[in-house]
Amino acid sequence: MVLSVRDLRKRYRSVAAVDGVSFEVRRGEIVGLLGPNGAGKTTTINMILGILEPSGGTIAIDGIDLAKYRSRALERTNFAAVYAQLPGNLTVEENLRIFGLIYGAKHLSARIQQVLTQFDLDRLRHAKCGVLSSGEQTRVSLAKAMLNDPQLLLLDEPTASLDPATARDIREQIRAFASAGSTGILWTSHNMYEVQEVCDRALFLSHGKILLEGNPKTLPAEHGLESLEDLFIAVAREPLALERS
Amino acid sequence: MRWQRTAAILLRQFYLLRGSPARILPLFAWVGIDIVLWGFLSRYLNAITAARINFVPALLGAVLLWDFFIRIMQGVTTAFLEDVWSRNFLNFFATPLTVNEYVSGLVLSSILTSLVGLAAMLLLATSVFGLSFFIYGATAVPFLFVLFLSGIALGVFATGLVLWQGPAAEWFIWPMPALISPFAAVFYPRATLPPWMQAVSSILPQSYVFENLRAIVAGHAPSAAALLVAIVLAFAYILLAAWFFTGIFRRAVRTGLIARYSAETLN
Repeated sequence: MVLSVRDLRKRYRSVAAVDGVSFEVRRGEIVGLLGPNGAGKTTTINMILGILEPSGGTIAIDGIDLAKYRSRALERTNFAAVYAQLPGNLTVEENLRIFGLIYGAKHLSARIQQVLTQFDLDRLRHAKCGVLSSGEQTRVSLAKAMLNDPQLLLLDEPTASLDPATARDIREQIRAFASAGSTGILWTSHNMYEVQEVCDRALFLSHGKILLEGNPKTLPAEHGLESLEDLFIAVAREPLALERS
Repeated sequence: MRWQRTAAILLRQFYLLRGSPARILPLFAWVGIDIVLWGFLSRYLNAITAARINFVPALLGAVLLWDFFIRIMQGVTTAFLEDVWSRNFLNFFATPLTVNEYVSGLVLSSILTSLVGLAAMLLLATSVFGLSFFIYGATAVPFLFVLFLSGIALGVFATGLVLWQGPAAEWFIWPMPALISPFAAVFYPRATLPPWMQAVSSILPQSYVFENLRAIVAGHAPSAAALLVAIVLAFAYILLAAWFFTGIFRRAVRTGLIARYSAETLN
């Protein structure tokens, strides 16, 4: 088990942003965390990344309690998020070196070369991140996220700004990364086609609670719906009906 | 604490400085201008005063050391502001990096950039205005250490303030040394101040430094008791500043401000 979340809660005064969420991510597994805007996905991810203190519950990364051993736990993670671009005033290679040092990546120079090649960034290694297209910046973020061969990879809408062809390549690379090693991936996306293609399991979050959980390929039919997108819309519009079912 | 992670913070500052005249020039430009301005003023005062007082070590030396204090403080804050300006908190603090490692990186970066400023000031002050630091002697070294510690303490406190109040609070940082300077007795003895200002001055380690440097220039021995008080005060301010920054950081993690720092507040 690379991630174990138990009864996770986050309250802002009287508002429960995350309300007793429990789930796990296993090695080699890609888990989709889905839900409408404001459902609590990013709040959950921020708590797993240690930048938001939970109001209750526990998070264990690779068996290490995040609250007690923050650094040791986070050494085993990495992340890429559409809203967390790397500093634009440093080059691709400079950013990778800095974050490689912070994450304690082994054989750093060789590893930087590997991820540059993997994400087709070789020709951009000396370019400032701020001048890259949004798609290129996403690839740099993903390269950074792979630097330390994390046990747990958190991807918050990783393909949101990519064209369909690049997005497919990236999905295949991430899929291969999960299958090849011992990495578990927690993936948020609003692209239901992508979730069905990539994720082994999906968790539907609404109003801070997990409403549904299952295989994204079979989950719609289990709820009498045609597609995952229909299920997503149902979760967004009629969460109570789904909760009762 | 892993020094490799602190080295990463230092390396980031090196990358930013490398090839950026906009960052390199301020390391020595303003302090250089100060030395030139006060150097000529000292010369002028030497020329017009009847008493045989050499204003160069008294005034120019004081300016040089005060600017060194400011550079140390701003070295910490500027390195921190680089992360504010590039919205880098989320990237940094969602990693194994600890607050201690991060702040240590800022301090190390400040030491190196301040040495550039100090070297430039010494070069100008000695070559153009004949200021010799040998006049202060080895006894002045511990007082320089106190200034260094005070600069670190104020820098860490100022970064905590910006972390607390949001990016717009950057404005608070720049006038801080100017607010302290009247109480620090940089150019005049503490006894010149009214009683309430003397009371404030007595809790500032910088005031002990300048009082004793003036004593050294006047040919007196510096006070060991004053040095001890200054060191204790400087360390106390370092601890207070570290406590303040850590408290503000924990609050930012509790409220989620780290993840949404550009919003300034979460109301």
